[in-house]
Formats: sequence, C-alpha cells, structure tokens
Amino acid sequence: MLKGLPKALAGLGNRTIEGIWRIGAGARLFFYIWFYLLESFKRPRLIVREIYATGVLSLLIIVVSAFFVGMVLGLQGYNTLQKYGSSEAIGVLVALSLVRELGPVVTALLFAGRAGTAITAEIGLMKATEQLSAMEMMAVSPVARVIAPRFWAGFISMPILAALFSMVGVLGGYFVAVPIIGVDAGAFWSQMQASVDFRDDIVNGIIKSLVFGVVCTLIALFEGYDAPPTAEGVSRATTRTVVNSSLAVLGLDFILTAFMIGA
Amino acid sequence: MHNIMSDNIVEIDNLSFGFKGRLLHKGINMVFPRGKVVAIMGGSGSGKTTLLRLIGGQLKPNIGEVRVDGEVVHKQSIDGLYQLRRKMGMLFQFGALFTDLSVFENVAFPIREHTNLPESMVRDFVMLKLNAVGLRGAQSLMPTELSGGMARRVALARAVALDPQIIMYDEPFAGLDPISMGVVCNLIRSLNDALGATTIVVTHDVHETFSFVDYVYFVSGGVVVAEGTPDELRKSDMPFVHQFVHGEADGPVPFHYPAPDYKKEMLRGHDA
Repeated sequence: MLKGLPKALAGLGNRTIEGIWRIGAGARLFFYIWFYLLESFKRPRLIVREIYATGVLSLLIIVVSAFFVGMVLGLQGYNTLQKYGSSEAIGVLVALSLVRELGPVVTALLFAGRAGTAITAEIGLMKATEQLSAMEMMAVSPVARVIAPRFWAGFISMPILAALFSMVGVLGGYFVAVPIIGVDAGAFWSQMQASVDFRDDIVNGIIKSLVFGVVCTLIALFEGYDAPPTAEGVSRATTRTVVNSSLAVLGLDFILTAFMIGA
Repeated sequence: MHNIMSDNIVEIDNLSFGFKGRLLHKGINMVFPRGKVVAIMGGSGSGKTTLLRLIGGQLKPNIGEVRVDGEVVHKQSIDGLYQLRRKMGMLFQFGALFTDLSVFENVAFPIREHTNLPESMVRDFVMLKLNAVGLRGAQSLMPTELSGGMARRVALARAVALDPQIIMYDEPFAGLDPISMGVVCNLIRSLNDALGATTIVVTHDVHETFSFVDYVYFVSGGVVVAEGTPDELRKSDMPFVHQFVHGEADGPVPFHYPAPDYKKEMLRGHDA
C-alpha cells in the first residue's frame, strides 16, 4: 500500500499545480479581455452578433423554464401558505424567490448549459482547425476578435435573461395561483408590490446575475481557448464548462447572499 | 547559399527548439533570400511545421534566433511581433478558413482588419485575389461547400491579400488530386514572382516541389542534413537524399520507431 503512496502524492501535487496554473491562466485571459476593451467596442457589430448567439437564442429555454418554475412555485407556495391561512401572500413568495435567488441562479445554470457549451465548443473547434493560429499569423489578436466580443455579449445578456426569467416566472405563478387556484388577483399583485424592495431585492438580483454572467462566460471562453485541439479535448472542455460553471454559480450564490444579507 | 546570397529576408541562426525535455531542432542554420522560393523538406515529425511557427513567432527557440527582415522574432513585443507578421502570409495545411465567414469575407478579413479602405476598394482587392486563384465565381460560397483544393486556394488568396513580403506554405499539396496539385504549384510560383515576395514551402512531396522551387533544405533528426538546388539534389549520392528523393523504404531513415527487441517483446507477453 505504501508503495503507491509517492505516486499518489505526485499525482495530487500535479493536479494541484495544474489547478493553480489554470486559475492563473483564466485570470490572465480576464486581464487581456479588459486590455482589449476599447478595441472590442470599436466592433459593435461583432458584439451584437454574439448577443444574438448567446442571448437571443437562449430565450426559448429561459422563458419556457421560467414559466414552469413559476407554476411549481405557485403550487408549492399555495400548498404551504394555506395551512397558515395566508394564501394571499403567494405573490410575495413567488416574486421574492425568483428575484432574489431562482432568477439569477437558474438562468446562470441554463445559460452555462445552452450558451456556455456552444461558446466552448466553437472556440475549441476554431483552435483545433487552426483558425485561431491563422488569425494570430494575420496579426489579429484572437482575444480581441473572438474572445472579448463573446465575453461582453455574455456580460450584457445574462442580467436581461435573468430579469426575463423572473418576469415570466411571476406570470407562471400568477397563472397557477389566480385563474386555477382562485387566489384574489388584487391581493396577489398588491402584496407583491408592497413587499418587494427595489434596492434589497431587485438590485441584489441584478448584481448576482452580472457576477454569474462574468463567471459563466469567462469559464466557457477559457475552457474553449485552453482545450487540447482534438475531438476528445473539445468534448472534455465542454463538459468542464458545465460542471465548473454550475459549481461556481452555486458557490458564489452562497457568498453573495451572505454578503447581501449581512449588509 | 550562405555565401552567395547576402540579401536574406529570413535567417535562422543556430536554432535549437524542443519541449518536454526532447529537442526537435539541434542547431539549425538556414537562410531565405528575397525573391526566392525555398522548400524545407523532411519526413513526418521532423519539425518542418514547427520551423514555420518559429519564423512566425508562435513559438520561441530554446537557443539561437530567427531574424525576419533583420529583426529577431522572439525578442519582439506583442506590437512588434504583429508588425512583423504583417509582412508575412501563411497558408495552413488545411486552409484554416473561418467557417462562419463566406469565401469573400474570408479574403476580405485581413484587409478590413488592417486598413481603413472603403468597402468598394475592399471588394476590388478581394476580386483581384480571388481571380488570381481562379475562384472569383465561388465568392459567395461558405467554406463547408468547398473541396480541399478550393479551400486551399481561398486560403492562399487570403494569405496574400495584403501583398506580404514572405509567404509560408505548410504542406500545400497534402490530400490534393493531381490537377489541384499542379494548379497549386503554378500558383505558388506565379504569386511569388508577381508579388516579388519570398516563399517558404514546407512539404514532403519531392517531385512537385522540385519542379518549381529554387532551393531545398532537407531536415532530419533535428539538423539540416542536405541542401542545394533541385538539380544538385537529384544528382546527390548522399544516402539520406537518395532515399528521400527516390522514396526508398531502406536507408538512413528507419521505418520503425525506436523499440525494444521484437522477439523479446513478444515472448514477454506470453510469460505474463
């Protein structure tokens, strides 16, 4: 058993070094994206095209998921609240759950699965087919031309998608609570209006979605840019995008929530 | 060649390069005179493509240096390197066309990135280049709609879009049918002469290459094993050159990758 110990320790050391190296390389990529900030916005057409690819094409999955999540919240919320005779508060429950937590978090998870994987696979394949090398040899920085526009597109798209998610989710909750269960529509909207605070709930939700947008897009871009130029390499990178983005979003959600409640 | 040509646009001086403890190049010296078409030949895995990447500054040598137009490539800042690269055009082995752009947009890409020309002039330039490679009629096609030979020609039009001083070709004949091969040979020579450029061709296709190049370097085992004009090399009695030019299986280049004794290896499997 002891025979294999040095090998296991060496393997652990290698993985630790590789992990630290990847964090450093990701941070360097983030720095380069900021370095090429002005150059990126000189090509607004590229950013608009990427907003279409990452944001607009993610709309369907976001809107449909949000409606179902809202309906489930409506059902579960009513089931619990009616025991305490406060079923009119269902509007508040649905809205606060969506705006504070589910909107940013579920949107980020869906974004990582839909747009993040597409970004990683596209950039990984561009690398494997030497398109990024060709760009470098044409004295055009791939970070400025390929990476940065996608980053800013993700940064802009995510809060809008999260806001849409929350909005459609509330409509889903309304659909279950008011026409189906029979909760009073006036109570549903008025309690929601009275209880949802702009600074504490909506702004905090927007801050979360901005942070998740940065993290999910950066992970997707880095995994694609760093992928070994083979079919297996791109496949593994795509998987890592979903796994790392999901873990990062859920971990950061806890940290951000702790800060927001503490503040 | 080192003595008779003094006006060299690319010079490789005592270059050694390797990674993971294995040296791929061990003290390589080469010169590429202005206006000439020079081939770098050698077997698969001999580091020919790596040499192009070292010239283009995508890799840094461990020892020695590459000079392009008098500038040491690996000592340049990013801006300096990009200035040097604007003097170069490179054709990648499989074209490396941008798959989300049409043929026209691919050729227009470097022009739009590096100039502020009005769209009408960009169009004129692109048409000139596409006409030169015979693909003006394919301007609206996407890269996925092109054959291998056509993709290579579009990539060639893109590589020469800004009239570079140095044009580098990485295996331009790989996977081409004889007609496309002849077309690409003629294009390489005629573009070099028309643009007054210097051409570096990395290949292992002997007969096509010898028909149009001015000078050839043979690389094997990390060193330049032979060099000369095609005529000199055809007559050479060096074992390596003879084996390579005549495509012989036996010679100084071994067929087998280094391995333990065959019989012992087979018997070991049975013992276990």
